[in-house]
Amino acid sequence: MTSPEVRVLVSSGRHPVSGRSGAAREDARAVEMALALAGEGVTLLHAGDPADASLRYYLGMFHEVPGLPSVGRVGRLDLLSMPAESDATSLLAEQLRHAGASLVLTGMRSEIGEGSGLLPYLLAERLGWNLVAGVAAIEHCDSESATILQALPQGQRRRLSVRLPCIATVDRAAPAPRQSAHGPARRGQIRVIEPQESAGVALDEPRGQWRFEPARVRPKRLKVVKGGSARERMRAAASTGGGGGGRVLSDLDPEAAADELIRYLESERVLQ
Amino acid sequence: MSSGIIVRRDPRAERIRRNRLHPRHHEFCQPAARWMGPNGVMRRNPHTVAAIGPNGLRRLDRSGATVTGGPSLRSVNDESHEQRRQVTLESPDFLVAVVPECPEGRLSSHDRDLFGLARQLADRDPASSGAVVAITFDHNAPELADAGADRWLALDDDSYAGYSPETRLTALETVARSWSPRHWLLPDGPAVGSDLGRRLAVRLAGLQPGSEEARAAARVWQVDGDHCICRGGGEHRDIHRPLPQVVLALAECAEPVSETRHEARPITLDTAPVPSIRRVTDHGRVAVDPSCIALDQAPFILAGGRGIGDWPGFHETARLLGAAEGASRVAVDDGYMPRARQVGATGTFVTAGCYIAVGISGAVQHLQGIEHCQRVVAINSDPGCDMVRRADLALIGNGDAILAAVAARLEARQHEEYRHDVA
Repeated sequence: MTSPEVRVLVSSGRHPVSGRSGAAREDARAVEMALALAGEGVTLLHAGDPADASLRYYLGMFHEVPGLPSVGRVGRLDLLSMPAESDATSLLAEQLRHAGASLVLTGMRSEIGEGSGLLPYLLAERLGWNLVAGVAAIEHCDSESATILQALPQGQRRRLSVRLPCIATVDRAAPAPRQSAHGPARRGQIRVIEPQESAGVALDEPRGQWRFEPARVRPKRLKVVKGGSARERMRAAASTGGGGGGRVLSDLDPEAAADELIRYLESERVLQ
Repeated sequence: MSSGIIVRRDPRAERIRRNRLHPRHHEFCQPAARWMGPNGVMRRNPHTVAAIGPNGLRRLDRSGATVTGGPSLRSVNDESHEQRRQVTLESPDFLVAVVPECPEGRLSSHDRDLFGLARQLADRDPASSGAVVAITFDHNAPELADAGADRWLALDDDSYAGYSPETRLTALETVARSWSPRHWLLPDGPAVGSDLGRRLAVRLAGLQPGSEEARAAARVWQVDGDHCICRGGGEHRDIHRPLPQVVLALAECAEPVSETRHEARPITLDTAPVPSIRRVTDHGRVAVDPSCIALDQAPFILAGGRGIGDWPGFHETARLLGAAEGASRVAVDDGYMPRARQVGATGTFVTAGCYIAVGISGAVQHLQGIEHCQRVVAINSDPGCDMVRRADLALIGNGDAILAAVAARLEARQHEEYRHDVA
């Protein structure tokens, strides 16, 4: 089986607690998924500042893991040089159109900046490609189509098949990324591509008028009980959630209790 | 005045009457209809003997006969609190479209918040009234009137079933062309919940390139007049920006509608959406091994505690039920379950739809851990424990024996199905 050509869009991330710059967690999962799928056929792609040190983290993931495809000699990353405030969509779309990749993986949304998660959708719309959101695993991929497991809430999965070329965003439920090693990170090649005049780096105009502030703590929603007597409202405010109103069945033998439990679970559609 | 009457105090009753949180406060506080006064005169309380007459007025019957039948004053007051103001809107000036996610065919609390935000936008200007249009891909959504929708467009074709982002997007695009709503509100939930909203945002932005209005705001958590606040990437930035056409809002972005009821009048599209080619094929849900799901995401949990003696039987029952396994701190400390399976404040906070606690008395830390569970079943030998009080269904008995009986029944049923399939 020839391994398909896979591009991974990576961005620099930010540690949620310490705030240190590093790899974005979902992007690292996307790199892991691509390496496990295609091995040598993986190329990373980033648009932004060439001096960004956190991109080396992803290159450090290009090392062999037993049981998975070989990743080749060194990692490769194409870097489209661009000021931080400009719009990456047109640059990335041009690059992907000419690169000839059939599958593009990326995280759900970036960890710094606007973080709206719209970029994969903009790229798919501009290129006319398919898009699948929230991928947990890629079961099968050939040159024509891919079979994908999509992550749903509560740990559930849905199987989809999609025709290539396709952009897939990788969910947190995907397998954890392998460690980044120092040697491969040093050896990895970063190819800086200066933008063509024709592509034209568009400055992100509307964003200039937005106001960025440190995140405020969102107010906790209060349980407001309307009406009733003062005593009822006081009780509702002082109670610690739930309680009361349940059905208590005592003096049952185990057989009857089991019947009761199964009937309840069926009526609540927990048990089919 | 007879001096021979001794009026006795009841200090306990007085104490309970003073303590509004006492469990029996209510019955002690009931004003008595007649009592002997301190001077030996019989006193009457007119409030208790009065009743609500047929016209809703309170009547005092002095004949001494007990008045029954009519509703009491209290229940009438409660009903008037429950009554919402009916709002009808004949010719709206503009539209606000809401596309609720409706997981499991019902409005989630996130969807209700979204309708609350839509009402906030529609009723902002008293001079021009806006109508909230709910667009659902499901034919039964009965709570839309209470949630705050004036109009309801139900697109319940078979082609919208399952994961069908392309057909749904084409339908929404047709709505945008024919009615051009001023705002589109869609939920920005975790995982794939926000997929359709982002597709619509990009498609509508393509129709009017370069316009600042067209650039969607994602992860909006507050709307204030013409501005909104979005949570930026990595949760450490807030972005204040003008309110665009497409708004993808987080949960608790606004208060849900509670004062009014709207008509949710069904409407239909004049032009049928052009059917689009399905390029993504949905092969349906995949059976997931419940023991592989992270405990905080598991939809169905069977948890055991100190009251379990037969642990192999417990594991077998969990397997037959298809439930993820959880444990109390005691069971983990005693070495019967791994630490990763501990439920509670010192372990994992779970969000299961159904939680069965076997032999767990319900320490405060454990009850905090299951605060977000929708349905709780307790199996316990002690009818007075806190878990039984918390539970929606409590079965008093020996946990091991009940689980064994459940396992036997489920096994018999599986055998029957297997035989049925073979035959």
